[in-house]
Order: sequence, then structure tokens, then C-alpha cells
Amino acid sequence: MLMLTCPNCGVTAEETEFEPGGEAHLTRAATDSTDEAFRDYLFQRKNPRGVHFERWRHAYGCGRWFHAARCTQTLEVFGTYTAQTSAPPDRIQAAIQARRPDWSLT
Amino acid sequence: MSEVTITRAPATGMITLRGDLSNVALQTAVTTLTGTGFPQQREILHEGERSVAWMAPDELLLLLPHAEAQATVAQLSQSLTDIPHLVAEVSDARSLFRLSGPGVREVLAKGAPIDLSPMAFQPRHIRRTRLGQVAAALWMVDADTFCLICFRSVTEYVDTFLATAAREGSLPNHF
Ligand SMILES: [Zn+2]
Repeated sequence: MLMLTCPNCGVTAEETEFEPGGEAHLTRAATDSTDEAFRDYLFQRKNPRGVHFERWRHAYGCGRWFHAARCTQTLEVFGTYTAQTSAPPDRIQAAIQARRPDWSLT
Repeated sequence: MSEVTITRAPATGMITLRGDLSNVALQTAVTTLTGTGFPQQREILHEGERSVAWMAPDELLLLLPHAEAQATVAQLSQSLTDIPHLVAEVSDARSLFRLSGPGVREVLAKGAPIDLSPMAFQPRHIRRTRLGQVAAALWMVDADTFCLICFRSVTEYVDTFLATAAREGSLPNHF
């Protein structure tokens, strides 16, 4: 079972109290982008076996969005953090590196 | 005779207030009205017939006698004129249940994916979660009594769910 801690209200709850919002930290293709760039923005998603960054919403709780860093293979959660950022904060990256020394943010 | 009695509370005044909860003027406006302190994260405070609950980082819920709700909205709006905020009466949007009896934690634990053990859940706590398939918020009034609010549109579902969960002889007596 996947347990997440909502950084907005501090609750640690199991998966069914949240709604997944897909891959995190996407950059919207600008209006003058090529068709390929827009296609990639809309549809091309990472699907790693391992470290992944995701958006989640505390749907049945406080209703707010946040980010989560977790391992898709083991369900280990490295940390959750604010939705108001476009990249994982240092403490999250450090937490991942502590558990997955080979990992780096690319 | 079931160990837990479930009743629908009569019409209760409910007011949603959204804004910057760290704003001292907003805090004062609320505590002046309720006669309580200002709730911390996931806390509910009571004074007589009035309660104030922390619902989200920018949202409170006020509970009060139904007859006072409209006037209180007007009063709040006035005292918050200079602060960005939203205040709305939501008395008709939600239903309030009262569950009482020694097995009440078990009844709720059948539907809510949260830790309802006495170690984890106590009066002053309010928890927004789900009951079965619908959103609900619950808090304790005393050691054997919980209150639960849900959206009015799912009242019948919650009513049936609770009645089924509280059926005599069906409680695991875990807590
Ligand atoms: Zn939350």
C-alpha cells in the first residue's frame, strides 16, 4: 500500500484518500512550438521503473495539490513537497540520493 | 439494541470562511464571533453552541445555531472588509450526523481509512477523509461521541452506511 504525507495539512494517509495527477514538473509547450513539441508536452510521459516525481491531490482531505517523489518499483516514498515549485527541492534530492546512490536528476 | 446510536442533527448553521489564516485581523474576527481560540492545523474548538474547525490551509468551517448563520455571515463580511476573503453560508450544503456509544470508533473505522484508535484520535481533532465512497469530516465531542459531516447529496448513502456498520453484533471490539 502506498502511504503519502500531505504537506498542506500534515496528514499521512493511504492512497485512496488521494488522487493521482500524473507526472510532475512538465513544462508547457509554448504556443509557437512545433507539433512534435506540443505532442510531447501533451502525451509523452516518463514511465520509469524506479525514481519518479508525481503530482497528487489530497482529494478527500484538504483538497490541495502537492508533489511526491517515490519509487515505482518498491513504492518507497522519498518525500512529498509543495506544489508551488517547478523542480524537486534539495532535501528531496538528498533523500533520494541517500537511498539510490546511482540516481541523479537529469 | 445496537451499541452505537446514530442521529441526524437538526438544521445546523455552517459557514465557510476562506482567506489567509495567518492574518491577525481575520483571526480576531473569528475568535470574537465564536468565543473560542483560533484553531491550529486539523483542530476543532468549541464554545457553547459554536465551533470553529480548521478545514484546509486557507479554510475554516464555523458551526453555530441555524438561526444565527445569516446574520453572522453579514457580520463577518463587514469585519473582513479590508482583507481578501470568501465567506459563505453552507448550512444547506452539508448534513451533520451524531454517533454515540462505546463502539463508535469501530463503526467509523469500517469506512474511513484512518487511525481511529484512542492513541491517534482525540477530541479537538478534526479529520477530513472518506467514509466508504464519499468525502466526510469527523471529530469527537466526548469519549463516546463523534460528529460527522458529509455533503447533503450523499446523506442517504452515509445514513445507510452507518446503520449497516453499526448493526448489532457486527463490531470487532478492536479498540
Ligand atoms: Zn492535505
